[in-house]
Formats: sequence, C-alpha cells, structure tokens
Amino acid sequence: MNEWTVHPGWVLIVGALLLPWLRGSARSLAVLSIPAVALGCAWFLPDGALWQAQFLDYTIAPLVVDDLSRLFAIIFCLMALGGGLFALRQESRLEMPAAFVYAGSAVGVALAGDLVTVFVYWELMAIGSTLVLWSASTPRSYRASLRYLMIHLLGGVLLFAGIAGHVAQTGDAAFARLALDTPAHWLILSGFLINAGAPPLSAWLPDAYPEASWSGTVFLSAFTTKTAVYVLMRGFPGAELLVWVGLFMIFYGIIYALLENDMRRILAYSIVNQVGFMVTGIGIGTEMALNGAAAHAFTHIIYKALLLMSAGSVLYMTGRRKCSELGGLFHSMPVATICGTIGALAISSFPLTSGFVSKSMISQAAGDGHLLAVWMLLAAASAGVFLHAGIKFPWFVFFQKDSGLRPDDPPASMRCAMILFAFLCVALGVWPQPLYDLLPYPVHYVPYTAAHVVTQLQLLLFSGLAFFVMLPYLRRTLTITLDSDWLYRRVGPVLIGKLGGVLEALLAGAASAGERLRHVGKRALEHLHGTEGVLARTWATGSMAFGIMLMLLAFLLSYYLA
Amino acid sequence: MSRPHWLDEPRHVRLLWRLFLVALALTVLAELTVILHPHFRIEALFGFHALYGFLACLAMIVVAKALGMLLKRSDRYYEADDE
Repeated sequence: MNEWTVHPGWVLIVGALLLPWLRGSARSLAVLSIPAVALGCAWFLPDGALWQAQFLDYTIAPLVVDDLSRLFAIIFCLMALGGGLFALRQESRLEMPAAFVYAGSAVGVALAGDLVTVFVYWELMAIGSTLVLWSASTPRSYRASLRYLMIHLLGGVLLFAGIAGHVAQTGDAAFARLALDTPAHWLILSGFLINAGAPPLSAWLPDAYPEASWSGTVFLSAFTTKTAVYVLMRGFPGAELLVWVGLFMIFYGIIYALLENDMRRILAYSIVNQVGFMVTGIGIGTEMALNGAAAHAFTHIIYKALLLMSAGSVLYMTGRRKCSELGGLFHSMPVATICGTIGALAISSFPLTSGFVSKSMISQAAGDGHLLAVWMLLAAASAGVFLHAGIKFPWFVFFQKDSGLRPDDPPASMRCAMILFAFLCVALGVWPQPLYDLLPYPVHYVPYTAAHVVTQLQLLLFSGLAFFVMLPYLRRTLTITLDSDWLYRRVGPVLIGKLGGVLEALLAGAASAGERLRHVGKRALEHLHGTEGVLARTWATGSMAFGIMLMLLAFLLSYYLA
Repeated sequence: MSRPHWLDEPRHVRLLWRLFLVALALTVLAELTVILHPHFRIEALFGFHALYGFLACLAMIVVAKALGMLLKRSDRYYEADDE
C-alpha cells in the first residue's frame, strides 16, 4: 500500500462535511479548493490495487486504479469544480455539501475494485442526489425527489440482490466482467440500467432533474447516469442487448425532447439520448467503441453541464423555464447565449468541438464491425441530436420571437463557470490528444479527415435546414408528453384507489355475512340449549325409565341374535 | 429598451438565410474534392449524408408529431394530483 495516495472521493466527501461550518469568502475558497485538490489526487493516482482489506471472507478493494477508473474520477472531480464555481451564489446551504457528497460517491464507484464497495457508494450517491433535489425546497421538487428516491431505492434493491447472488455463487466480491448467464447477473445489469435512464423506467430522469434549483440540475446531470455508464463498461462490455437498449434510448430522447416545452426537460431528455450513444458503444464492445463511449462520457459531462448552466442562468435571471415564455434573450445575455450555443454545437458533434472527436468513434466502431443497421441509426440519431438539442434549445430560449425580456447576463461566478466549460468544449475539439491519452485503450483514430468533416457538416447543416423548414410544426405548446412515470403517478394511484374500493366492498360483504352467520348460530344454539331448547328441557322420570328399558331390550336382542 | 440588434432587421435575417443556403451547397459540392472512405455502399452515393440527414429529421419530426397526438397533455396534468 502506498501511504501517500489519497482517495479523491473522500476528499470531496470530507470536504462536504466541513462546508456547513464555513461562511463568506472562506466558504467560497473551500468550494473551489476541495474539488481542485480532489482533481489533483485523481490525476496523480498510480495504477493498481492501492487499498485492500479483508471483510468477512471477502477481499474489499476500495481504491483500484486503471486508465478507465482514472478517466472517470478525473471528469467527476472536474465537474464538481465547475459546478461548484457555477453554484457559488446558491443560497441553499444544503445543496453544495450534498452535491459534493454525491460527486465524491460517484468517484468512489469509479475507483471501487469490488462489488460491495460499488454498492455502498451507489446508495450514498442516491442519498446525495436526493438531497440536491430537496434543497430546491419547492413542493414540486419535494414530490419529485420522493419519486426519484423510490426508483433509485428499487434499483439499489435489484443491485444488492444481484451482488448477493453473485457473491454466494462465486465466493468472490471482485468487480470484473460479468457474463449474462445467471439471474444474479441479470439483476446487477438491471440495477445498473435503471441508473443509466434505460427503458422502461427512464422517466425518472426528466421527471426529477428539471425540478432541482438553477444550479442543482447542473450537478445532477453529470454523476448518476455516467457512473452507470462506467459500471456497464466495466461489467458488461460487448453485451449485444446493450446495443438495442442504447438505440432505443437515443430515439426516445430525441422524440420526447422534440415535443417538450420546458427548456431543462428538453436537456434532460437529451441526457438519456446521449447516454444512449454510450450504452450502444458499450454494447458494440470493441476497443474503438469502448474508447468512444468513455471519451463521449467525458465530453458529454462538460457540454451537458454547460448547456444546463446556460439554462440555469436564464432561470436564475428570469424565473421562467418554458420555451413558450422565453425568446430573444440574445439581446441582453450575450455570454449565456454564446456559451449555450457552444454547448449546443458540442452536443451536436460539430467539427472543432468536443463532441466531434468523441461520438464519431462510436459510429466508426459500428462501421468497422459492418453493423449497417446500427451505423445508419447512429447517423440518423446524430442528425436528430442537432435537431432537438443543437438548434431547438438555443433557438427557442435565446432567439425565435422576441419575448420582450431583457435580463442581464448572470453574475460573474456563473459567467466564469460557463466560459471555463465552453473553453473546454472547444479546446478538446481542437486538440483531442490529451483526452485520447486518458482513454482505456490505445487510440488509433484520426477525427479530422476531410471526408469526416465534409460528411458530418452535410449531415448537420441539412438537419438544420429540416428544422427551419418544419419550424411551423415545432411551435411550442403548453403541454407535457406522457411517459412511463404516468404508470406510477396516475395509473398506480387510481388502481390502488379502485383496489381499495374492492377491498372495502369485500370487507363489508364479509362483515354482513359474519353477522348473518352469527344470527343463524345464535338461533341454532337457542333451539338446542336455550331455556326451552331440546337438550336443556327437563325430562319426566317415566320417559327416562322408558328410554333405558328400550336400550336394554335392544342389547338383549342383539346378544340373542349374535 | 435597448437599441435594436442587427439580427432584428429582416434584411439581415434574409442575408443569413442566403449564407446558410450557400453553405449547404458548398458542403455538398465539397464532396467532389475529397476522397470518401465509405464503410458501406450506400455511403458512397453522392450527397448521401445531406439527403439522409434531411430525411431522417423529417421522419423524426413526423413520428414525434404522431406520438404527440396520442400522448400530449396539458402541462397542468399532474398538478391536479398534487393539490
């Protein structure tokens, strides 16, 4: 064991517990330095199983480092830093500590070498994220957080059952590649997929995330789903099922985002869409695909946080969240407009942005594997991303018709966070080598070929044309679109109400039947044993002697005949 | 109210539209000058990505509209439950 290694997740978690005691500039300094220290620790982690201990009969390894886990630890710490900067002016004193515990436990999952540790941090993450939702302290966010917690506790139960089964069967708690051959492994997979926002329970994500505060959603967008991507990559690379699950998530995200009016719900659906690309890459499972999924998780965290920061700025300055009430904000919010647009270009994989150098590796892997259908669907999906997030979000929030609103750009801390992340989006797009060096496998991929740039520009610009041609059909309406949360928000309660009615009727029926039974029984008892009952009547001595004589006669008769 | 932005003037918007159409044409014509490395035969068709991107987006919008007809509800749909 190297005594100089510090667990970056613990830096964040211990730091989070110190934050509530600090005020003013000391607190601001701590908010920035805690994730910065954690980032440094993550960057310099040496390879190997650094911490190991025996617990019961199992080897517990809370700090195991390789290229993949280091990559995720780095991006989670970087995200905590950017999110902390953005949220400096957050008045809730709960949100930042909760977010740091949440980030720290995500780092904990990324560095866990065994399933027990994964489970412990997994649940800590659910608690941290629920507290982030709570700290918005509106009745809506409270109810949303309860639904969110319910789904994640369900996921935790599935995961725990799976881990228990796996450990019982193999006697080994190490977190390695799992084959889909036992019920235990299917349970682990379903626990992972719930956190990834996969069907059928994907609705938890767009239901909960947009109800957090203007800064809370920025934190929420990064950790839960990308931790799920990490564990899927570790546990189930090359599981073909994941290709189709991922493709479903991609198109589900696009279609629902196209119908959505709330700006942060558009971006929430687009998280499911982007995680779909990663899950598809994991399902393809080649080195190129896994590199692509890992790189895409890294770049996605940055540009999605940037998009949600620009949306958060609009919410912070105007208090409005519906596209139908926004528009024309480019007049007075140039920084938010430009940064939001850079994020939108990055998510669309425009050349010179980070999405271009990461997402294309997944398509390339599909092409290399001669998976024509997958490749065609991924290309259509890339066009669809530009449609629903790349143009729709900035167009309806910052441009379109003028809403007459003239809010200023947000305060300096928020502007700095946006500029930092916008810079990273462009820098990684222009100079991808540092990112490629962090990836789990050697990168044999050149993103900037003339053919790739030209075909990608064709795909994207003609999607843009389709957007503006179809604009009349995309007008925003004051609507939501029913999703699978309808089952537990509407159908469930109605069914339980109905079931309650049926139960009540049954109980009432049973009660009246019981009453009748009691009545009949009482009458029978009275008939037999009542004061005038058959068995309680006084009998005359003569009739008793007669009875005995009959019995003796019958005895004599039977004796004689036998 | 601040002074009008240059984007507010219709003739500038028209100019942007023209530039956009020129850019569209250029991306297709650029295909003549580069060597594509198609993985699949369909990819080698001239202007495939432009046409495919456009049609895919149309299809997605149509599917979304159709699904919307079935599944759209007022955005106060769940609020009645909450009160």
